[in-house]
Amino acid sequence: MFRNQTLPPVDPLPEAYEPIVKIRNLSVWYGERQILGDINLDIPRNRITAIMGPSGCGKSTLIRCLNRMNDLIPGARIEGQVLFNDQNIYAPEVDVTELRRRIGMVFQKPNPFPKSIYENVAWGLRIRGFKGNLDEVVERALMQAALWDEVKDKLHTSALNLSGGQQQRLCIARALAVDPEVLLLDEPASALDPIATLKIEELLREISENYTIVIVTHNIQQAARISHYTAFIMWDENRIGRLVEWGPTRDIFTNPKNKCTEDYITGRFG
Amino acid sequence: MKGKWLDETFRAFAFFSTLIGILVLCLLLADVLKDGLPRLSWKFITSFPSRRAEEAGILPALVGSAMLLVLTALFAFPVGVAAGIYLEEYAPDNPFTRFIELNIANLAGVPSIIYGLLGLEIFVRAMRGITGGRSILSGALTMALLVLPVIIVSSREAIRAVPKSIREAGYALGATKWQVVRDQVLPVAMPGILTGTILALSRAIGESAPLITIGALTFIAFLPPLSLKALQSPFTVLPIQIFNWVSRPQEAFQANAAAAIIVLLLLLLSMNAAAIYLRNRFQQRLE
Repeated sequence: MFRNQTLPPVDPLPEAYEPIVKIRNLSVWYGERQILGDINLDIPRNRITAIMGPSGCGKSTLIRCLNRMNDLIPGARIEGQVLFNDQNIYAPEVDVTELRRRIGMVFQKPNPFPKSIYENVAWGLRIRGFKGNLDEVVERALMQAALWDEVKDKLHTSALNLSGGQQQRLCIARALAVDPEVLLLDEPASALDPIATLKIEELLREISENYTIVIVTHNIQQAARISHYTAFIMWDENRIGRLVEWGPTRDIFTNPKNKCTEDYITGRFG
Repeated sequence: MKGKWLDETFRAFAFFSTLIGILVLCLLLADVLKDGLPRLSWKFITSFPSRRAEEAGILPALVGSAMLLVLTALFAFPVGVAAGIYLEEYAPDNPFTRFIELNIANLAGVPSIIYGLLGLEIFVRAMRGITGGRSILSGALTMALLVLPVIIVSSREAIRAVPKSIREAGYALGATKWQVVRDQVLPVAMPGILTGTILALSRAIGESAPLITIGALTFIAFLPPLSLKALQSPFTVLPIQIFNWVSRPQEAFQANAAAAIIVLLLLLLSMNAAAIYLRNRFQQRLE
């Protein structure tokens, strides 16, 4: 399929998308240090958007703004707006727990709870007092994460016995179980081997029909392989992360408007 | 050449320093076992104290120690763990929090007799109506104060050792702080918290100074009643019983003291064994 191609198979026209998240004039500081400056970016619904850039340019900080995980970091401060379905998620009346349920997240290092596979997936529902058939939801989430066949006979064994790739797919299943609209992935494959990475990329392509996916990656090939849209972030002369350009992945990779983007994707960077 | 000689000398010095600790302990143990073992019997454990050494037993002291242990744990554990959770998970990083933290660390080093004086004033005198004066309840409350700082500090350490990534995973699913703490952080931290609690309690069970201060009796010829009134009854504990027998001139009472020491040591060793077992289980779970 797409795995041997350098370019994505389908690429919707720029005007065809409908943004689910709109980032407007977003700047972020950790203490005195500014990390991101004046970011403007749209995340199209039910598409995969890759956020690409060198390590340390603020990619992770950017997606952590989208579900307010930065709230947990002492000294983090933001300016600007993040609109989710046209509502500013930083407005005082926003319920952060509900926001995070609707915008799920998968982290760089697999972080399953030290509990059974089943409990990992079920917990997000349990804490909301879910009354339906838990078994069904767990099975569906594990199927979506392409993990069901590997774990269906050992659902009640510890999640920590799984391989790294399986653990990361479990984390995806756990995030999907609470039925989010957007799934944020922060370099989800950086700790995994190439086979496990491909599995994750494949499953992301499959679920992108029903979910909006934002994936942070410093891997140029990965961005090219799986995403519909690509945003390229780079630090400026003051080490502040800036959005250099964004658009359909095909355009970014075949016809970058910015010299800096071209240098990065052709490996002439730095 | 000279460096090597120095190295060897230091090695030998360090080795003998290690031996001193073990040797003294072995001597002590041997002495106690020699004196106490012949005296140790089921009858010794189930008898009340007596003026005649060969008829005397440790039943009230053993029951008193056990009750004190349970009551102390009941008071100190929930408060200590809750304080640990607050300081690690909720407290803002400001001068007031740091002031509290510093004081808790200091309290852990306060001599136990000071706690005894505090207990005498507050629990025995001021709260006489509730505690019944020089009662087991006053003793347990005093002991709870004594072990509280240690439980708070070890709870904090256990909670801090829970990887941040687990908390992030919880929050990213839309959990509240309380849900993350209750379902993810505490279960992982619990063996560590329990280890610290047991070690703190095993310190409490060997204490006698604060209990003497608040007026535990040395001669109790009855068991507390099987009702809530038991909390207000006078009591004694093993270390006080041992202290009392040791101070008698007769040889036979010395043997009694040695036998009681063996019982106390067994109690302490089994508590420490439980702590080690829990710590090992904790380490396995984190792998």
